[in-house]
Amino acid sequence: MSEAGTELLSIVAATLRLSAPLVLAALGGLFSERSGIIDIGLEAKMLGSAFASAAVASVTGSAWAGLGAGIAAAVLLALLHAFAAVTQRGDQVVTGMALNILVAGLAPVLATAWFHLDGTTPALPESARFGELALPGATALAELPFFGPVYVRVISGHNGILYFAALAIPLATLALSRTRFGLRLRAVGENPDAVDTAGISVAWLRYRALVITGVLCGLAGAYLSMAAGAGFTRNMTAGRGYLALAALIFGRWRPAPTALACLLFAFADAAQTRLQGVALPIAGVIPVELVSALPYALTVLLLAGFVGVSRAPRALGIPYPANR
Amino acid sequence: MTRAITLRRRVEPALIPLINLAAALVLSAIVVLAAGSDPVEAMVVLARGAAGDRASLGYTLYYATNFILTGLAVALPFHAGVFNIGGEGQAYIGGLLASLVCLFIGPAIGWPAIPLAVLAAAAGGALWALVPAWLFVTRGSHVVITTIMFNFIASAVMTFLIVNVLIAPGQSSPESVAFPVTVWMPSLGALLGPSPLNLTFPLALVLAAAVSILLRASRRGFELRAAGANPEAARAAGISTGAATILALMLGGAIAGLVAVNELMGAQHRLLLDFPAGYGFMGIAVALMGRNRPLGICLAALFFGALYQGGTELSFEMPKVTRDIVVVIEGLTVLFCGALENLFRARIARWLGREMVA
Repeated sequence: MSEAGTELLSIVAATLRLSAPLVLAALGGLFSERSGIIDIGLEAKMLGSAFASAAVASVTGSAWAGLGAGIAAAVLLALLHAFAAVTQRGDQVVTGMALNILVAGLAPVLATAWFHLDGTTPALPESARFGELALPGATALAELPFFGPVYVRVISGHNGILYFAALAIPLATLALSRTRFGLRLRAVGENPDAVDTAGISVAWLRYRALVITGVLCGLAGAYLSMAAGAGFTRNMTAGRGYLALAALIFGRWRPAPTALACLLFAFADAAQTRLQGVALPIAGVIPVELVSALPYALTVLLLAGFVGVSRAPRALGIPYPANR
Repeated sequence: MTRAITLRRRVEPALIPLINLAAALVLSAIVVLAAGSDPVEAMVVLARGAAGDRASLGYTLYYATNFILTGLAVALPFHAGVFNIGGEGQAYIGGLLASLVCLFIGPAIGWPAIPLAVLAAAAGGALWALVPAWLFVTRGSHVVITTIMFNFIASAVMTFLIVNVLIAPGQSSPESVAFPVTVWMPSLGALLGPSPLNLTFPLALVLAAAVSILLRASRRGFELRAAGANPEAARAAGISTGAATILALMLGGAIAGLVAVNELMGAQHRLLLDFPAGYGFMGIAVALMGRNRPLGICLAALFFGALYQGGTELSFEMPKVTRDIVVVIEGLTVLFCGALENLFRARIARWLGREMVA
């Protein structure tokens, strides 16, 4: 394998690693938004889970207990989101912002109080994390030309949550397009009146959608603090919730294109760290700080209809019933 | 019954935010308790830290200045029916233009660069709001999403410029060289100090009054509110709702840009990385608590300013409660004053109504 080939494989592997939390959060946001609830609060659900999972994993020493706690925390936040946005018919953008600010403060306060560290949880030992899994046959296939290195360096050797994220893409597609729940979910985001007239509860559907959002964001948060990292640090989501939202819009609120957008954004991120100060043949030294603006700029262009059209679910952001 | 209704109208706008705020504070106290500290003691430390002496008061008003500005930056577009989440990026770009004036024109012309830099800050903020506004009016792009994206774009552009271009030579920390003393915003630290309180504070108060007059007593303000309340009726009445929306967002952006005047020209005296530090986002809380009215925003800004300053004191005196508790209180305030604002409304209305009828 040539050096360039090895470098390429490591960029692809890094892209996958960086994309996993984005994919999970964006698919989470997809369920919420397809049901008609704007989810600015993906960041909060991820951060809440990152903290809760790292905290519980560090106390119990069990990665699975941590994962459970992370999902529980994110689902609780999702339920609070649903209570404010569905039951109380509050402004959905404000609700999401409120959650983001609240969790950004609450997690370090509790971390400091419980672990006596400045806004972080103790570093997790390897046994309390989701470590790298070698897929079956990784050693046997390693010797094969081309396929061997690809299998060993790109496909095998990630943690379980990443494989689940990959699995979640077809699952979300199937759930949306092939199940009764998915049909109703899409309907409630487009025309809640019709759903209501059919005798189906709009509120109950939206609550369930947000619980799914919570579960997926919970996995994304646990990934950050227990698989990619080893413990919770202040603001460790670093805007990934908003990036996932951008990917969701970029993917036109559909699972597979959304996941592709996540991969694209993650690739920009992975390439950026490797391009730091490297002079390319034609372009010269690329200002890496500007590369990080690319996903957001692309999303704005898409929203403006300059590169394709991205149409939001029709009832997105409107409380139901609109007037009571 | 009519008397009951009029009283309710008078009392409700003040009472409901206060009750929502109380709910937020009670929950915050529970968080302090969960963190293993005494909430009453924390409250006392907070209050003393915020207004215990002249310097603390100066700091409180200095922080409040930022909150008045970002609160107005959210409220003004809100009256036109659009939600400006872009205060953060608008302040950042305002800071860029103001710094350029201070660094490159300031040394040549001295103090006249101050008003010029203030205008530059406003222009930067307005320009950064113009693109989302224009995309909303002409292409229907969702302002919430585009302004969020513009925050991130501003952050990336500014990181690039500060780290690569404007950084002080021979220095590793990402900040520009100091502004010349002649272009520092005149300090009010002699009045309430030592503190970074400066002329931006009275300027913000004047702006709040100006926004109030604009909204209540001017033709433009009426058009703006009409565009927000009922765009179709406004259009039928011959109002250009697109122009009203763009104007509202640009004015909001301009006011957000002035955060740079308070922070950079008034306090830090240089351009530094990430100086908006969440003030733009907090403007949402301020506007919600102040019910989008300039007077309410000033009061809410004072509250948050006190919280910020008191929070610093808190982290010194009670190490178990970090400064982050202030962020928790902010989050709960947005939750109760914004998202859950109707939680107690029906109950209070019923209670008030019964009181009066009886």
